[in-house]
Amino acid sequence: MFRSFWENLTIKQKLAITAWLFLAIPIIFYITIRFYPTYEAFYVSFMKWNLLGAKKYIGFKNYIRIWGDEDFWIVLWNTIKYAIIGVPISLLISFTVAYYLNEIRFGHQTIRALYFIPFLTTAVAMAWVWRWFYQPMPIGYFNIMLSWIGIPQQPFLRSVEQALYSVMAPAVWAGLGFQIVIFIAGLRAIPKSHFEAAEIDGAGRLQILREIILPALKPTTIFLIIISTIGFLRIFDQVYTMSEDSAGGPLNATKPLVLMIYDFAFDEFKLGRASALTVILFLLLLFVSILQLWLARNRYAKK
Amino acid sequence: MEEKLKNIKLYLFSIFGSLFIFSSISANAVEIEYWQYEYGARVEAIDKLIANFQSANPDITIKHTYFPYADYRKKVAIAVAAGDGPDLVQLYYGWLNDYRDTGLIQPLPKDVFSHDDIESNFFKMVSAMKVDGDYWGLPTAVRSLALFYNNDLLKEAGLSGPPETLDDMVNYAKKLTKRDGSGNLIQEGMAFDGGIGQTHHFFREVLVRHFGGKPFSDDGQKVTYNDAAGAKALKYLTDFEKTHKTTQNGFMNRGQDAFAAGKVGLYIDGSFRISKFKKAEGLNFSISELPGHNGTRYNFSSFWANALSSKAEGAKKDAAAKFLKYLTSDEAMQIWLDTVGELPAKPSVALVDENKQHPLYGPFIRGLDYATATTFVSEKPQRQSIVDAYDMVVLQDVSPEDALAKVVKKEQELFDDFFGN
Repeated sequence: MFRSFWENLTIKQKLAITAWLFLAIPIIFYITIRFYPTYEAFYVSFMKWNLLGAKKYIGFKNYIRIWGDEDFWIVLWNTIKYAIIGVPISLLISFTVAYYLNEIRFGHQTIRALYFIPFLTTAVAMAWVWRWFYQPMPIGYFNIMLSWIGIPQQPFLRSVEQALYSVMAPAVWAGLGFQIVIFIAGLRAIPKSHFEAAEIDGAGRLQILREIILPALKPTTIFLIIISTIGFLRIFDQVYTMSEDSAGGPLNATKPLVLMIYDFAFDEFKLGRASALTVILFLLLLFVSILQLWLARNRYAKK
Repeated sequence: MEEKLKNIKLYLFSIFGSLFIFSSISANAVEIEYWQYEYGARVEAIDKLIANFQSANPDITIKHTYFPYADYRKKVAIAVAAGDGPDLVQLYYGWLNDYRDTGLIQPLPKDVFSHDDIESNFFKMVSAMKVDGDYWGLPTAVRSLALFYNNDLLKEAGLSGPPETLDDMVNYAKKLTKRDGSGNLIQEGMAFDGGIGQTHHFFREVLVRHFGGKPFSDDGQKVTYNDAAGAKALKYLTDFEKTHKTTQNGFMNRGQDAFAAGKVGLYIDGSFRISKFKKAEGLNFSISELPGHNGTRYNFSSFWANALSSKAEGAKKDAAAKFLKYLTSDEAMQIWLDTVGELPAKPSVALVDENKQHPLYGPFIRGLDYATATTFVSEKPQRQSIVDAYDMVVLQDVSPEDALAKVVKKEQELFDDFFGN
């Protein structure tokens, strides 16, 4: 039956069916392991559920409790801080490195590789090494170096003020390699003739940077901003590894949203509350993405 | 094409066929799974006990699974929820309510574990496993706290014998602390890990009681350590880091690591730490009972229990109960003490003179006499309360009273949630 059905089709129809068969794989994949769980998360966020028992509908109660939870606001602010501080710092560093790296020939490959290695390293392994770097004196590398130059010991991870930045540092460092490579690609894509024309017109280095390089790199920059903002908003491995007891401390100073979700879900077995937080994170990421897409669209409009 | 299809059919048939034969052969034998977290000596002890048990019960096979402590709770919860995982599982007694509430475990069958038998043979603290008229688990071993001290460092500081009172302990700690030329700590007099490890237990069940308070109300529904006694206790604890500066949270990673490296004078921990310190090269240590105060002593006791997971049914449940019976036998308790260093859960095994006078286990066993086991609603957030209170005082200069008011309010919400108030 199948055979006769197939043979009655035109070649065009056959091609279309074949194409759809291939396309169906990612679609089914996405529906079963992306969209369905996402739908479940929305559904469970209105339930009280402890992973094993029956789900009980409780309306917006999970959201109301989150709204009234002092810790949630600390954690949300931490998450935003990771992004609004981490993204500009990492882009500034990676652009500077890429800009100068693009100008040198000697050792270019080696230096680029050195910057790229952290990107390839497991976040957990790296975070553990950094955790030891931050230790107090007889062990901690940073404090030993500080004592050489006569600066008093710093508490780093044991300080409510410094801990967030101490956790952010390895996250920034790990992302640099990727950003540098993208920036270099962007720089190389600028036509040589632009620079030659600028030189003939007598433009200085700063002027070239401001008038040619930065505008030409705008699409690259927007792409990197989107990618790294989402990355920082989802930070988890570094905090989980570097904070004592994986608690995001001291005093919740380093705890991001994802860790809070994880704790609710797998430590306290409050799956409803965890799902509600997931929905909030989803909306946050959606908002950021839409905002950035809107900024990107502006660019096309100008052209 | 036809040929190939035939081959595939044949192949599938042989797979299912062999599966079928295999399962019918093993119909009489039962395989059950035992889960615990990874800790060298505990794994070794369970392997020994399994070998003993299996040679006595050849029809039961026990699969022993262990993995890092950090993942333990999550893996158990997810595996059991998925109908997978252990038949017999180890859990910290403080997690009982979490596990019971989520339906991860089932009550012990009364015909195998009679309540009279449990109540007359086990230490009283085991009653923490009895809820709603059922026992939900039983321990092989129990724990208490004691003071580890470094003999060489005490001698060097001109001190003889361990501190006997809380005030002594402060003086000892000050004398045992060393700093380098620029004031950096190079030796801790008394190590605390800022609430984690055993410190939060020491605070709740020892310090709070010494200063005249009680951590919880008698019915266990109210958190009561946010009073003058609690504040005094928190001040006493945090002063070691804040005022006397004899400890620094994070010094050489954790107190136990620093003590093992010979860089700590005094350190409080459980008997399970003995095996680690025994292996530490060049470490010459002794153990004494926790210091007293105003002539009384307090201690904290705890245990890991073995429980039947809700997944165990039928023959597997019977086999698991049988193994649990063996795990809680006198023989198993002695093996556990010799291998892991945790104290037998029955007075008849623990409180024999040989154990009581043992130079290393003795202080812990004597401590069991005056120890209390906290009845946790949920151990992790309750531990976090003490960690946060400690950090507020040490890192943010909050007064002990305010710090306690803040964390106890949150802890009480947890209790209210649980008891449905």
